[in-house]
Amino acid sequence: MRVRYLLPIAVFLLMVAVFGLVLYQVSQGRNIKEVPSPLIGKAVPQFELPLLLAPQRIFSSEQLKGRVSLVNVWASWCVSCRYEHDLLVRMSRDTDIPIIGINYKDERVDALKWLRDMGDPYEASIFDYDGHLAIDWGVYGTPETFVVDQRGVIRYKHTGPITMEKLRDEIMPLVNKLRKAGDTV
Amino acid sequence: MKLSAVFLLLLLGIAQAVAELSDPRDERRFNELAKTLRCMVCQNQSIADSDAELARDFREQVQKKINEGQSDTEIISYMVERYGDYILYRPPFNMVTAILWLGPFILVIVGFLMILRIVRRQEQPQADTEQQARLRQLLEKSADSGNESG
Repeated sequence: MRVRYLLPIAVFLLMVAVFGLVLYQVSQGRNIKEVPSPLIGKAVPQFELPLLLAPQRIFSSEQLKGRVSLVNVWASWCVSCRYEHDLLVRMSRDTDIPIIGINYKDERVDALKWLRDMGDPYEASIFDYDGHLAIDWGVYGTPETFVVDQRGVIRYKHTGPITMEKLRDEIMPLVNKLRKAGDTV
Repeated sequence: MKLSAVFLLLLLGIAQAVAELSDPRDERRFNELAKTLRCMVCQNQSIADSDAELARDFREQVQKKINEGQSDTEIISYMVERYGDYILYRPPFNMVTAILWLGPFILVIVGFLMILRIVRRQEQPQADTEQQARLRQLLEKSADSGNESG
């Protein structure tokens, strides 16, 4: 008899617990809009595109192999790219992790001006004028940051500007781990 | 003379833009595909409905792949490989989406069982004729004894 009243209460409490957990995660900085990328664990898409700074030179996906690198999708028109740019500049100065840029649907003059004004943290920026390369990388909200390992496999993806915390707690430990794993192979 | 040449070029340009999918069957395929793919950055819009920059790029990509002669399943799996099942308005049935597909049916079954139980419980007292007969007997008995003493 009493079970009949306990069941609805139990269901209600379960719902409160689930909603509460998600709300707590949101308050702790979880981005519920972020869609998990199916590209993690897969090889980077094959491509050959000119560089932003040297249009006559071609960057190929093969060049991403052989070391752990960060691939950062950016554009001069992208407002939230501004938030992370200083961090990228500092990272390029203070660490030895190579950052490869994908300049996404940008005008060359605008992109060059942005790098001149704000600093250029990129070892190289790939010029993706029509945005087709970005679709191959599953990009939907700039800025996006990927960690690519020595074999050219995507190991991590972050949508939106990276923060000091993300860098310290997720990206750097992963890069260090991948580097160590690569040494032993 | 010069002006008409410019005009002709313009016309040719328009003709070319329209001719991107010349085959009406391809056009139909494109429209169907565009309706099934989600615009990742919009609130519940397909790439056919949305004017967002990204939706435009997705449409361009689908168009290009149709022109390259790719099949619908090839195009869809290309998008899913990059953006996950989330890009599909009709998600496939798997472990993650099972609750999505089965949830409504489970709710209907649970609701039906509850209705069945309530109806049964209401019917039960009337069905129990033996008890009713005894009750009537007792009532009559007490009414009789009441008369005797009064």
